[in-house]
Amino acid sequence: MNNSLLVVVIAQGIAYGTPLLYAALGELLAERSGVLNLGVEGMMLVGAVMGFWAVQRFHVTSPLALVGAIAVAALAGAAMAAIHAFLVITLRANQIVSGLALTIFAGVAGLSSYLGNDLNLARSPARHQFQAIFPKSWQDINAVGPILFGQSALVYASWVCVVLVALYLTRTRVGLNLRAVGESPAAADAMGIDVAGYRYAHTLVGGAFAGIGGATFSLSITPQWLAGLTQGAGWIAIALVIFAFWRPTLCLVGAYFFGAFTYLPFALQKYSWAPPPELAQSLPYVMTVLALVLVSSRAARLRFGAPSALGQPYVREER
Amino acid sequence: MRIERRLAQPRWLMLVVPLLSLVVAFVVATVILLATHHPPLHSFRRLFDAAFLANGALTETVVSATPLAFTGLAAAVAFRMNLFNIGAEGQLYAGAITGATMGLLLGGAPSPVTIAVMILAGSAGGALLAAIPGVLRAFFSTNEIITSLMLNYVMALVIDYLIFDSHSYLRETKGFNASVFPQGKQLPDAATWSSWTIHGLVLPLGFLVAIGVAVGLWFLYSRTRFGFEVQVIGDSARAGRYAGMRTRRKILAVMLLSGAVAGLGGASQDGDFRHQLDPRGLTQANYGYTGIVVAALARYNPFAVVVVAFLLGGLQNAGYTLQGADFPNGLVGVLQGLILFCVLGGELFVRYRIRFERRPSTAAPATQ
Repeated sequence: MNNSLLVVVIAQGIAYGTPLLYAALGELLAERSGVLNLGVEGMMLVGAVMGFWAVQRFHVTSPLALVGAIAVAALAGAAMAAIHAFLVITLRANQIVSGLALTIFAGVAGLSSYLGNDLNLARSPARHQFQAIFPKSWQDINAVGPILFGQSALVYASWVCVVLVALYLTRTRVGLNLRAVGESPAAADAMGIDVAGYRYAHTLVGGAFAGIGGATFSLSITPQWLAGLTQGAGWIAIALVIFAFWRPTLCLVGAYFFGAFTYLPFALQKYSWAPPPELAQSLPYVMTVLALVLVSSRAARLRFGAPSALGQPYVREER
Repeated sequence: MRIERRLAQPRWLMLVVPLLSLVVAFVVATVILLATHHPPLHSFRRLFDAAFLANGALTETVVSATPLAFTGLAAAVAFRMNLFNIGAEGQLYAGAITGATMGLLLGGAPSPVTIAVMILAGSAGGALLAAIPGVLRAFFSTNEIITSLMLNYVMALVIDYLIFDSHSYLRETKGFNASVFPQGKQLPDAATWSSWTIHGLVLPLGFLVAIGVAVGLWFLYSRTRFGFEVQVIGDSARAGRYAGMRTRRKILAVMLLSGAVAGLGGASQDGDFRHQLDPRGLTQANYGYTGIVVAALARYNPFAVVVVAFLLGGLQNAGYTLQGADFPNGLVGVLQGLILFCVLGGELFVRYRIRFERRPSTAAPATQ
């Protein structure tokens, strides 16, 4: 039962969806403040490489090293996001071009590979990695075992994050202010909210989440450093925010859906009737396109649309 | 300190600010190199040497610049309309596939015919792929950034499938080598694009075609009604619609044009340089993404794209030449990103002026 295709794909879909979920939550926070950050792929890769570096260098017990590595990855992601934030909030640069620049700067052919090479991280397995935290007997329960109890701490932490972000956006004063900044910065400004401050803070937090998402690859899924190991996950995360209608709980559903499609090619390998691996591997990308088309109908956009000020700089004198 | 909009943008600033931005980018790169224990001056000199000065370096730089000119033009065409086609990477693969297919099919035809058909096929291939995000954007308002980008990954898998995982028409299946290491079928001699040598500098046909395309695009955007309408829709789609312009058609047309230019770059890869469908070479070069940097640095001006493509081609070429030795891997992308950041940030100083003035000692009363 626990080895059946369905259970394996669901359980692994949750594992493979977790980096998407972290990155999407971060991007959601940034976009809710009105900052579109297309640099997610780059921030994830830098988070992945720095998190992996930390775990190789910290000579402490395993849980401590892993927590430290996640902190380092979050800081690295936030540092990358700070570049974008400075350019688009203070210097009023075009958000789309600046985000693309961040992906080029930090991405496969940029800083992440530079660091991975320079710190000599390739071709060695992680010294510590995130593993299932529940006892073996729990994991052997039919169906529920592998899906609910076979996951690493990062998965359970991501569930807490989803709940926290959802409550933050709907139940706290600061979260409501944030939404005001994203919908109508001029009105928020008139209310006395520090628009630039909110945008900086949430872009940085978004970067930190992306960094953690990257570290999920290098410390749990792969778990080693390979140049470009995210393979477009950052872009899928951006799409995920769109078809989750900027809502954290829907991000969770979407992330696991795409996680399952990412894992499917590996699961199918052992079957003789499997399609060519390239076909299965292209599924997450094709599904992203299809899902985007589905949610871009006029009715859906009017009802659950993007934050109104998304992508627009706010300048008090020019509103 | 106050930032206020300039009423007039002085011409000298438009030259000085980008140059200063370049200087800042290299200063930041110096800091990164120092922090990671690389000698910065040595690295930069080797970079410059390998890009422009060494024997045959210019020829190699043109080889790298040719695809960048195509992908840069492809991005510039679309970005001008605020249509963010970042699928030039995949569209270039598509053009390479269709171009190589036609080159192989026309085995015995005379060379000029083969070359012309390859150019057409490459453009058609790129345009066909770009039609997907184009149609989705025009008729379903689907975000073209994500859809065009997702297709890059799909096309990379398609090209892998054609050469590594199937017995396709494009794959070499005969010979000992072919069974050990899968590779593309060699194109016939008639499919080799001509090149001209001037004082030791080899100019491939593709580079000249790119210059021709740049001239054509400049004419299209500054001298025709189509170009004017595209600019208006780019600035304000609503204004365009009220003026009776057919917005959807324009979106689709610009997307097809952009894809065709990128696909042409793919055909040029087959005909000018690789002479087979070369999956590893194409997918590792990042031509499409670098093309975005080229277009943004050139401020979407087609002539500037060719010049910037040459400069960044030098950088990319140096990256290949120096790779492996003591030259830091990934430095090329870091430099490209830094230059783009600095030029983007620098634009503030062209559009705005910064005034330093002392704050009044008491809060001014709110009189209006």
